[in-house]
Amino acid sequence: MAVAHTGYFTPMKPPKFDMLRPESLGQLVGILDADEDARVISGGQSLMPMLNFRIANPPVLVDISRLSELRGIELEPGSGLRIGATTTHREIERSDLVKEHQPFLPYALQFVAHVAIRNKGTIGGSLAHADPSAEWPALCLLCEAEVETASVRGCRRLRIDDFLVGTFATNLEPGEVVVAIRFPAWNNQRLWGFQEVSRRHGDFAIAGAAVWLERDATSKVTAARIVVFAVEDRPVALHEVAESLVGKVPDERHFAEAGRLAASTLTARGDLHASAEYRSELVEVMVERALCQAVYSIHKGKS
Amino acid sequence: MKATFSVQLTVNGRPVQEEVEARLTAVDFIRERLQLTGTHVGCEHGACGACTIMDGDKAIRSCLELACRLDGARITTVEGLAERDVLTPLQQAFRRHHALQCGFCTPGMLMAISALLLENPQPDEAQIRDTISGNICRCTGYVPIVNAVLDVTGSAQPGVHHA
Repeated sequence: MAVAHTGYFTPMKPPKFDMLRPESLGQLVGILDADEDARVISGGQSLMPMLNFRIANPPVLVDISRLSELRGIELEPGSGLRIGATTTHREIERSDLVKEHQPFLPYALQFVAHVAIRNKGTIGGSLAHADPSAEWPALCLLCEAEVETASVRGCRRLRIDDFLVGTFATNLEPGEVVVAIRFPAWNNQRLWGFQEVSRRHGDFAIAGAAVWLERDATSKVTAARIVVFAVEDRPVALHEVAESLVGKVPDERHFAEAGRLAASTLTARGDLHASAEYRSELVEVMVERALCQAVYSIHKGKS
Repeated sequence: MKATFSVQLTVNGRPVQEEVEARLTAVDFIRERLQLTGTHVGCEHGACGACTIMDGDKAIRSCLELACRLDGARITTVEGLAERDVLTPLQQAFRRHHALQCGFCTPGMLMAISALLLENPQPDEAQIRDTISGNICRCTGYVPIVNAVLDVTGSAQPGVHHA
């Protein structure tokens, strides 16, 4: 049998796929509408490993990384930020606009993998991938961000807690793509904390917590938000635990109690990396530490 | 299905034009097509850092990029660091400090650190360790690598062992 020679030895590890490169958002949604098996590739930092392992086998990839209309960080009226879906983690981490208007994000983004991954990976890609252990879904939930999507049917805006529906599962409809993430204005008086445990720096979290507190002139907590991630099938905002701190001038005892309450509220999953019991103990410690970090560390309001 | 894509890019300053299949990864393109085998393939899922190259001034994982997306890119691999036989100061410091043993991680280490030094010529030890946290070395224990970088940036105190 004749063997076709290309003249090169070229190992092909990912499965065969076609690659389309639309030049506008209009073209992109047209392609996604026409072929429901087409899969969007942005930075590729989650999809490429899945292709290399052949866990994913999409017939068509649609490359959105060069669509300039999906990239960039803009200040919205009222000091909110709109971040384009293909903006990289590193661009967001180093943005002066983000440092000023969402001071908590650059700190937390240092926990996302490593610099070389953050140089390629994108906010929209991470959200659409919806890994429960990833930082972005949790950060968006803490900030009460909205996900802006587009399809041939038009644009939608989804609250982050409506967007995330489970492990690697979102409310994106067939033919729909994440276009941008909108962060409402951040109160710069907020105290915030971010904690996660992973086997090595840059690995996915085994458990993590992100919190903010607002206090009045007498240090009494007036509002709080606590998000735990990598524990259930998506990040969870623990409203009752946050509410338990409101009206108090909390100290370490209250934070430890909030940690215990958080652990008892959640049903931790067990996997290769950690048993459910261990994760549950980590929740307690992560929430307590994140609250202590918010109140006692230097990471206040503006970093 | 479109069989191949035409890509034009520069690799280590040299213009390259090739036809590539959509699924060819950047690291296989560099190693097998361009015969630049200094870039190593380790885990092929972004965890080990051996395949780190520079796209412009930024370190990236070449196992997590497709060759067909490199059109217009300015790529630097480990072969692009030394000028002929003259090693860069970072490479010389690696040699002085025995910052490599088996050498498998070395190309990725050098590229990740070279990108760091472009962005920040005077990184402190924490920043160096943060940068190479994405590059796995199973020989050195990292100490000689950190010492080499501190040496080349002039931050090392003579006689002080940075453990």
